[in-house]
Amino acid sequence: MTFIRRLKRHLVVIAGLLTLGYLLLPNVVVTVFSFNDPKGRFNYAWQKFSTDAWTDPCGVADLCGSLGISLQIAAWATLGATVLGTMIAFALVRYRFRARGAVNSLIFLPMAMPEVVMAASLLTLFLNLGAQLGFWTILIAHIMFCLSFVVVAVKARVMSMDPRLEEAARDLYAGPVQTFVRVTLPIAAPGIAAGALLAFALSFDDFIITNFTAGSTVTFPMFVWGSAQRGTPVQINVIGTAMFVVAVLFVLAGMAVGNRRRRQKA
Amino acid sequence: MATLTETDPPPPLPPSPLSPTAATSPTPPTKKPRRGRLVPYWLLLPGILWLIVFFALPMIYQASTSVQTGSLEEGYKVTWHFATYWDALSEYWPQFLRSVLYAGSATILCLLLGYPLAYLIAFRAGRWRNLILILVIAPFFTSFLIRTLAWKTILADGGPVVGALDALHVLDVTNWLGMTAGDRVLATPLAVVCGLTYNFLPFMILPLYTSLERIDGRLHEAAGDLYATPFTTFRKVTFPLSMPGVVSGTLLTFIPASGDYVNADLLGSTDTRMVGNVIQTQFLRILDYPTAAALSFILMAAILIMVTLYIRKSGTEDLV
Repeated sequence: MTFIRRLKRHLVVIAGLLTLGYLLLPNVVVTVFSFNDPKGRFNYAWQKFSTDAWTDPCGVADLCGSLGISLQIAAWATLGATVLGTMIAFALVRYRFRARGAVNSLIFLPMAMPEVVMAASLLTLFLNLGAQLGFWTILIAHIMFCLSFVVVAVKARVMSMDPRLEEAARDLYAGPVQTFVRVTLPIAAPGIAAGALLAFALSFDDFIITNFTAGSTVTFPMFVWGSAQRGTPVQINVIGTAMFVVAVLFVLAGMAVGNRRRRQKA
Repeated sequence: MATLTETDPPPPLPPSPLSPTAATSPTPPTKKPRRGRLVPYWLLLPGILWLIVFFALPMIYQASTSVQTGSLEEGYKVTWHFATYWDALSEYWPQFLRSVLYAGSATILCLLLGYPLAYLIAFRAGRWRNLILILVIAPFFTSFLIRTLAWKTILADGGPVVGALDALHVLDVTNWLGMTAGDRVLATPLAVVCGLTYNFLPFMILPLYTSLERIDGRLHEAAGDLYATPFTTFRKVTFPLSMPGVVSGTLLTFIPASGDYVNADLLGSTDTRMVGNVIQTQFLRILDYPTAAALSFILMAAILIMVTLYIRKSGTEDLV
């Protein structure tokens, strides 16, 4: 009886943890299979333990090259989307202007559109203009779809900012530039950083839009897609696992720094 | 400091060399010189121009392509050939139907699976809250294609998962529903729905968590004090207050899922092709641009209409 009552009380916890398991199971599989020594071209069935792929992550032709292209595109797309998006976010929060409704929908619509629609329409544009598909068309597309997410992230932060801080800076004879650099920007920084991180992640992992705009350029997701047809090297799992570990360590380190700062302040 | 209102003239002190004019002080609309009034437009210009040229303009090009006829060799011309739409719909309605069905089931599954986890993080996790949140986001750090391929291993024929589902007679039910065929899960609709659910689950959990976390815990106590059972409390207090999260979560799941072609391609078969797969092959392999553009346009229109109706019905306008 008490067991059933306890089970009932913790039902939501059990269900939640099961969902968490469902979310993490593929990552476990990816990690375990990075130590596999598969027979044949595909890495879907367990054969035997091996660290070969870990000692030679670039051992597959074009894999690390595609990774480099992806990182390069993600870095430039992050820079472009963050600068343009932050400017829009400040305009939206701080100023009155005409056509605000149109601007808002132009920012909302790319987020409410299936990726394949944006991808297909961008390709028709590029084909009509006779543009050479490759690095630049991918970069253009990535800045386009990352932009809205940066605007949302930065807007949230700027909106919650206390305007009296900037007024105080002006009262203390800070000029507009000085106020912006010394007061506004540091306060808005977490929002800008969150937007930039989101843009980087979205760009780095994008496949659907890249597949339409890439031409013969191969980004990392394009490489994985191609290998799903031709044969999946273990090195893919190695890179997937390494990215996961590095990112989680980054987040944990960030949290530790934040905690220490809070404790110092208290 | 006496002067906090900005319309007041600056105090009679020597002005700082860095602030020669008050031109860019934001608020007062009347006395502002022309230069300051243009600031928002200069801020908006580059980003909005980017979106107009690379988001809005392509939509127009796509609409024009969809009513063109011709061939790849001789070029395409606008002939207002609307029959392309009719042909596309009559040939590919099964794929459209499948997209709605698969994305719809995935969205419902995401809600059913995601709600308990969001609830757990918001109310029951205590000091584990941040850790669980990180674990929800962490899978994003591994490329989603690699993670989707991992489902090929998990759902492999004769593997432990399929064996367990078979032993529990789950496969009998899904066979009856037409979601699986025989003792296979891979290359069936169930595998595709499972992959879609998995891929978009965080997009459901995070908005749900945000709206649940805002709920004042004292409301639960008040409901309990008024003799509501935990279930009634959930039905009458918690769930209605989490509606904004439910609405944005279902949109964030359904929209990308309905246009997805990765899961149907990697985990499904030719019988599970969704509209995204058709658009992709028409555009990139068959090179039938008018049909592909028409399909993409129909998908866009369908999504926009559904989203508008849904938002109006659920009454949450402030999604952005």
